[in-house]
Amino acid sequence: MTLDVTPQRKLVQMAWDPVTRIIGNLGIYTKIDFDNREVVECKSTSSLFRGYSVFMRGKDPRDAGFITSRICGICGDNHTTCSVYAQNMAYGIKMPPLAEWIYNLGEAAEYMFDHAIFQDNLVFVDFCEKMVKETNPSLLARAESTLAPHAAIHGRRTIADIMRALNPFTGEVYREALEMSRLTREMFCLMEGRHVHPSTLYPGGTGTVATPQVFTDYLSRLLRFVDFTKKIVPLNDDLFDFFYDAMPGYEKVGDRRVLLGCWGAFQNPDVVDYRYETMAEWGRAMYVTPGIVVDGKLVTTSLVDINLGIRILLGSSYYDDWQDQEMFVTKDPLGNPIDRRHPWNQTTIPRPQKRELEGGNYSWVMSPRWYDKRTGDHLALDTGGGPLARLWVTALAGMVDTPFVRATGKSVVIHLPRSLSSGEVDLEWKIPARANTLERDRARAYFMAYAAAMALYFVDQALQRVHAGDVKVFQEFKVPDEAIGCGFHEAVRGVLSHHLVIRDGKIANYHPYPPTPWNASPRDSYGTPGPYEDAVQGMPLFEENGRDQFKGIDIMRTVRSFDPCLPCGVHMYLGDGRVLERRHAPMFGAGGHDEP
Amino acid sequence: MPLNPPVDEVHILWISEGMSCDGDTVSLTAATQPSLEDVVLGLVPGIPKVHLVNKVLAFETGEAYLTPFRRAAAGELAPFVLVIEGSIPNERINGDGHWTSLGNDPATGQPMTLNAWIDQLAPRAWAVMAAGTCATYGGIHAMAGNPTGCMGLADYLGWDFRSQAGLPIVNVPGCPIEPDNFMEALVWILQFAAGRAPMIPLDAKLRPTWLFGKTVHEGCDRAGYYEQGDFAVDYNSPRCQVKVGCWGPVVNCNVPKRGWMHGIGGCPNVGGICIGCTMPGFPDKFMPFMDQPPGAAVSSKLLTGYGRLVRTLRGFTNRTMDQEPRWHHNGPELTSGYDPYFSPGQDGRKELPR
Repeated sequence: MTLDVTPQRKLVQMAWDPVTRIIGNLGIYTKIDFDNREVVECKSTSSLFRGYSVFMRGKDPRDAGFITSRICGICGDNHTTCSVYAQNMAYGIKMPPLAEWIYNLGEAAEYMFDHAIFQDNLVFVDFCEKMVKETNPSLLARAESTLAPHAAIHGRRTIADIMRALNPFTGEVYREALEMSRLTREMFCLMEGRHVHPSTLYPGGTGTVATPQVFTDYLSRLLRFVDFTKKIVPLNDDLFDFFYDAMPGYEKVGDRRVLLGCWGAFQNPDVVDYRYETMAEWGRAMYVTPGIVVDGKLVTTSLVDINLGIRILLGSSYYDDWQDQEMFVTKDPLGNPIDRRHPWNQTTIPRPQKRELEGGNYSWVMSPRWYDKRTGDHLALDTGGGPLARLWVTALAGMVDTPFVRATGKSVVIHLPRSLSSGEVDLEWKIPARANTLERDRARAYFMAYAAAMALYFVDQALQRVHAGDVKVFQEFKVPDEAIGCGFHEAVRGVLSHHLVIRDGKIANYHPYPPTPWNASPRDSYGTPGPYEDAVQGMPLFEENGRDQFKGIDIMRTVRSFDPCLPCGVHMYLGDGRVLERRHAPMFGAGGHDEP
Repeated sequence: MPLNPPVDEVHILWISEGMSCDGDTVSLTAATQPSLEDVVLGLVPGIPKVHLVNKVLAFETGEAYLTPFRRAAAGELAPFVLVIEGSIPNERINGDGHWTSLGNDPATGQPMTLNAWIDQLAPRAWAVMAAGTCATYGGIHAMAGNPTGCMGLADYLGWDFRSQAGLPIVNVPGCPIEPDNFMEALVWILQFAAGRAPMIPLDAKLRPTWLFGKTVHEGCDRAGYYEQGDFAVDYNSPRCQVKVGCWGPVVNCNVPKRGWMHGIGGCPNVGGICIGCTMPGFPDKFMPFMDQPPGAAVSSKLLTGYGRLVRTLRGFTNRTMDQEPRWHHNGPELTSGYDPYFSPGQDGRKELPR
């Protein structure tokens, strides 16, 4: 028997900073083993700090929805909505049912808009002809001769024809998606006034004037979007299935342990009363089910469990710890103890400093984790970019059952009615074998259809109310001197929570946790890498370019599959390819040793 | 005012790495008059060929993306319009750290701050635009109690700054920018660059006058309720919202008239109080947003007597106008007052004159 000596690994530092086609400042710093075509290490950094939780202290709590919208320039309304939910709890408000339908319609339009523009205008550039020609010429050659299985539906004969349609500005799908992103933003403006910072949302409801006109104007646009999704979902399937077929092993790109969180979306007005005590119940009535999936198993669907488990860890970010600061909430309204590292008890203390990628602090993003009381682990949950977790949790929970969307326990069936170019269509999203780059992207296409289908239901419910003469959209309230509240929602790219503490009628503490801190977080105080880092680390590379022309396309696809949005970020910068002279023989413990 | 030779090709270097949410870039993609693709694909007549460099819409990433910025900073790429999105932090107060950056400084390997980029690019820029209220006047991140010391671009560069083309900073405020407002201002700059438009007219706060010369109230379709002293007392009402927090009468902005996009949406016109998001005093001077503005208490009180009287009188007139004239009927007699002088016959009508 010959001794199989693992070759020494030559690692090259590669970085992409800024990562483009995302929102915010993101840098990705990697070490790559080009001989073995594998990413060995990845660090995700954000170089932007804005300080919302700092400057909101002492402000009127009713202002929180207006202010927190400004956290995000693509899904700001998700923040306003989540803030309204948290304030409703703090003020003891149950919103009028029509207001809930208006929120649901506005948020559904936001998912349609944002997924359309992000997938088709930002993500798809990584899959377009121009890009694939630069990174994988032989793949493009194969795409030219591969017929698209759903050509009759979407109109592109070959996979390469699909790729051409995705070219920026000149591609037809690219341009159609831009148009769709405007159409859906018009729908959004009908419900929430302005995109992206809404004008008509208030704690207690909305100022949107509930005439039949706003709903019919919405519906007529929605039907055009329904027609679009019927074509775009099969186009996505054709493209991603081709990648699996043409590049065996591509399923390992961006693959990560299944650790998914979804905080639920679309309230059910018959059930929701915004009381903490009944939160688990009304959470389960949402039209996207909240929950946590660990290794493919649904751990909980209770918003109370979700809330109690949230922990904010430092570790590699530019902040001082708040261990010696005031505790704001020691018990929740049900008597459960609240941890010092919970957002209700967090004090944000920024400490700007040099970036130290090796063993130091390197990001403005903290590390949110979910404490799994069964194991004592601080789980680095991700959102799968939003749609993957939403569909996975909803499918497993099997609770959503509406005329247009139905969860089966292992899939989600989306029923789309007749539209301009086709008859009724049922789309079925099935739980995939892995949580990887392509499945995060595929889920996004399906969730566009999900949101459109749910909107059909919401518009019907709203119109029934208006036809019956119920046009109440706002509930008067008083701000209490002392109160706490929490809101749970799905931002477009995943979990969103707002935690609020009111004292003397003012904000004493306010901590929003958007999806990107979960996804883009750096190594935490336990050394656990954040999800981008984890998904990129250890992944194989399929790009045909060598080190000199390396674009990092597989890494970029992976990072973008999470739909980064870092005003709340990663930068990838293609460095000068400095070779680290650190080599090691990683496998054979007995014989392996580090060499200088 | 220097005379500029016409430009036939221009780069737009758009930096959204201010303290921002990138919402102005996102808003820009909603523009339709003209649309971004109209400008990038050269479909708008009378403007130079445009190369847009913007993080959200870029093909390249990392250093390849930064190349035009690095070349422009080195004086190797001209002319370019520099667009800044987001407020400018004070990087003199945070030691070795940074508040916001774009890529890395090649000399140190540390993040290259927005401020360092502005210092290098602004003096070489053909024109400089500030997109959104953060970049124009500081905006939300410059709120009282903020830790970053941030400000607007003109606060940083100086209000008397002049670009290579002799232009002041062009401020297009709005949180975010109304999509077509920004596009119109940009197209004007591009037409100016092509030698086909005069200098862009700006007010003292460097805003295009035709976009920001009127108040929200002057363009609001709820202003008629105001005139009649008819005010909403909560957000369920379609009436004038000045008593529930609307600052429209004193805010320079055209959104209620223009709509938010494609004529749809807006603020008080669709039930959203004006929180003054285009103004230099935003947000602090407008908070708490949902309380009645102090000035509105006085003006609405003064209006109450007059407005009620006018409303009552108009009510009478309106009821009159709401009735069809009495001669609209299917009776046996014509009562419209018509004189049938031309009609022969035996039923009392006259013959036609000959």
